Amino acid sequence: MRETRARPIRVLLILTAIAVGVIVLFMTLNARGRWDFILPFRGMKVVSMVLAAYAVAVSTVLFQTVGHNRILTPAIMGFDSLYILLQTSLVFSLGSARLTALDPRLLFGLEVVTMVLFAVLLYRWLFSGTSRSLHLLVLVGIVFGLLFRSLASFMQRIIDPNEFSILQDRLFANFNSVESDLLLVSFGMVAVASLAAWQLVPVYDVLALGRDAAINLGLDYGRAVTTVLVLVAVLVSVSTALVGPVTFFGLLVANLAYQVAGTHKHRFILPVAALLAVICLVGGQLILERVFAFDTALSIVIEFLGGILFLVLLIRGIAR
Amino acid sequence: MKRLLLATFAILALALISLLIGASSVSLSSLLLFREEQGTAQVLLASRLPRTLALILAGSSLAVAGMIMQLLTQNRYVEPTTAGTAESASLGLLAVTLLAPDVPVIGKMLVAAAFALAGTALFLRILKLVPLRSPLIVPLVGIVLGGIIGAVANFFAYRFNLMQSLNAWTNGDFSSVLRGRYELLWVGFALMILAYLAADRLTLAGMGRDFTTNLGLKYRRIVAFGLVVVSMVTATIVVSVGMMYFLGLIVPNVVSLLVGDSTRRALPWVAMMGAGLVLVCDIVGRVVYYPYEIPIGTIMGIVGSALFLILLFKGRGRFA
Amino acid sequence: MIEIAHVSKTYADTVVVRDVSLRIPRGGVTSIIGPNGAGKSTLLSLVSRLLPMTAGTVTVDGLDVTQTPSDILAKRLSILRQENRVTSRLTVRDLVEFGRYPYSKGRLTAEDRAHAARAIGFLGLEALADRYLDELSGGQRQRAYVAMVLCQDTDYALFDEPLNNLDMKHAVGMMKLLRRAADDLGKTVVLVLHDINFASCYSDTIIAMRDGAVLHHGTPQEIMTRDVIRDIYDMDVEIQDVRGYRISSYYI
Repeated sequence: MRETRARPIRVLLILTAIAVGVIVLFMTLNARGRWDFILPFRGMKVVSMVLAAYAVAVSTVLFQTVGHNRILTPAIMGFDSLYILLQTSLVFSLGSARLTALDPRLLFGLEVVTMVLFAVLLYRWLFSGTSRSLHLLVLVGIVFGLLFRSLASFMQRIIDPNEFSILQDRLFANFNSVESDLLLVSFGMVAVASLAAWQLVPVYDVLALGRDAAINLGLDYGRAVTTVLVLVAVLVSVSTALVGPVTFFGLLVANLAYQVAGTHKHRFILPVAALLAVICLVGGQLILERVFAFDTALSIVIEFLGGILFLVLLIRGIAR
Repeated sequence: MKRLLLATFAILALALISLLIGASSVSLSSLLLFREEQGTAQVLLASRLPRTLALILAGSSLAVAGMIMQLLTQNRYVEPTTAGTAESASLGLLAVTLLAPDVPVIGKMLVAAAFALAGTALFLRILKLVPLRSPLIVPLVGIVLGGIIGAVANFFAYRFNLMQSLNAWTNGDFSSVLRGRYELLWVGFALMILAYLAADRLTLAGMGRDFTTNLGLKYRRIVAFGLVVVSMVTATIVVSVGMMYFLGLIVPNVVSLLVGDSTRRALPWVAMMGAGLVLVCDIVGRVVYYPYEIPIGTIMGIVGSALFLILLFKGRGRFA
Repeated sequence: MIEIAHVSKTYADTVVVRDVSLRIPRGGVTSIIGPNGAGKSTLLSLVSRLLPMTAGTVTVDGLDVTQTPSDILAKRLSILRQENRVTSRLTVRDLVEFGRYPYSKGRLTAEDRAHAARAIGFLGLEALADRYLDELSGGQRQRAYVAMVLCQDTDYALFDEPLNNLDMKHAVGMMKLLRRAADDLGKTVVLVLHDINFASCYSDTIIAMRDGAVLHHGTPQEIMTRDVIRDIYDMDVEIQDVRGYRISSYYI
């Protein structure tokens, strides 16, 4: 008993140290110019990356717990694309004039609420099928993602160029000009979602036992699943708004976390996954930006590595 | 036979609409191109006719390419964009553009075809490693492999400022088709005729090595022939007009629902419906936001993924 | 007492459980037998609220299972299904401690841990307590699941084919254990069994189902007769008395 608990704690400490180290390096390395300019600028960037990493990690682990497997993630199931589609539709139907008049915090809130509504409806319907095969679910998710993206790009074509540029600004809050408003709202969202999420940590362990076992232990299964899906939808909205869609990042981090942590208890897995995500995102950005001196290619690298991991998981027959 | 004749007339009617539609936008662009007043006949010959021909050639050969892949893998969900073929062709085109930009377009096409062949072979190798518990795992592997290859292409395209070209190759668009810039598609069309002549052998090869050898046929040679045809067709399309998602998947499946599975009987229908679907999508893309154009890749993305989803849900009893 | 009143379960066009009414009294071991597809497992799932029923009501000590909050029911009634594939990597102790979830909601007290230790002891799993489930044999894993159900400490414990995948020795061991759970711990044990001889030797009551309906209901003495068995299974078997138990030899 003692032994099984010592390892996760050790892992947590080591990962925390690495994450802090990576962040410090990112803030200070190659800094030319005035500190009072560099620190807030880079600080914003780090905060947005940490928030996004945390959101991706937590949402993926929770989603996998509900889905009872290690291969489905919100991104693979098209959550990110759904968010982009919703945002585009909003610009499309309201028009940029009315949008810019709206309080951005209110707008973001509106988007998240719509996202939660759609996500829960869509995915509850998908998961409700009694004996849908996992492969069908994954394939449907991927194709849904493609459909959402095509619809979004269709609407983006029809929007007039001015509105389109506004949309582009909003879609990819690029790191060099993260609006502090958006960051603040994101932070608030993540904080609220986290408070709710951490309350339920024991529930996730029970959910992981499977539907029948969870009901037997007195869990209101349907409610628990819905709650988790709501949390996931909120977190995915935040991460997509901050860094755009990255299909395989969550898959990478969650599977790594299960390998590293040495336990499947969510109170360890969740922070381990979040720390790994921070290390990967901030560390990856650090290496690409400061060492190789190129910019946003990180998502491409993640896509490459994550895709290979996905194939390995398929080959090893983990996705049943 | 009577029905086939009827279908031919329908395609001709669509082609006529395609020739007539979008008059003002085309004459506008022709004005810009020729810088002086020109007769309608010349507009027709220089841009309108090539476009309509390109649509018919690309649509029919891509649909047939999908059908060949489905015959060879005995899986209804395989086509150039669900097997890594299309992405490999783009990667090849990117490589030759970067390393030897002066190679004539036919040479570029051949390099792209070689890459497509290699990518498809890799896909088939990986399939051998994956425990095939369900037919759905096959397109899943292909889509993810395509994603990985696409990430490599993205990485270099990003690095060397070729993102715009890469987007053009992966997203079909016929608006810039002019005389002298689409003729490569005839190669794909010729290969399609060749495939029609070899249809029976391809069907047999799909039944497996033992079965084919038993009938005194050279299994490897037939499979190689099929893969070369598919790779060449994909490459010609990527090079001249850009990829269209799921076209080669939906059309053969719909045809098999309508006229059954005999290859010889189905193949003309597949070619016909492929051309028809592409013509319709292109017409829709031209009228829906007149006078602007929406690229066919976007329209096909919506139509293709929506129909794919329907096939996944409705056709499961048949296909799974 | 578990009271089943006019319960039916229908899927699209097939009736799986057909207007079943039963009373399972407190205490003792009750076995449900019947041919494949008789609706035994489905009935157990309906009683334990794992499946919604199409019609009828089930009450456990007066609590309607579809109305009562799930967590209250979890302190009265537990169920172990046939297929238990846990994807998490858990030790035996982790698994057994989940049995305390209805009481602790995940924050274990010293008392909860003591309960878990007792359940582990009852199943003789002390030596394996800190081993991971995927390192155990099928029989050992089955015992770990039973320990979790006992740790849940409910008056009613339902088991869906607990002898599946167990060899002779482990099957007998498991039946003796369930008998002890009823006799020593005062549980009401309800089982779905395939082997009618196990049902005969270890149950107080046998319920025989066929085509979704209850065909016979009685003591082993009443059920284990040539006529009744023929009625249930369409098979002519000999029934013998062996040391006071009724045994049928249906192998030849």
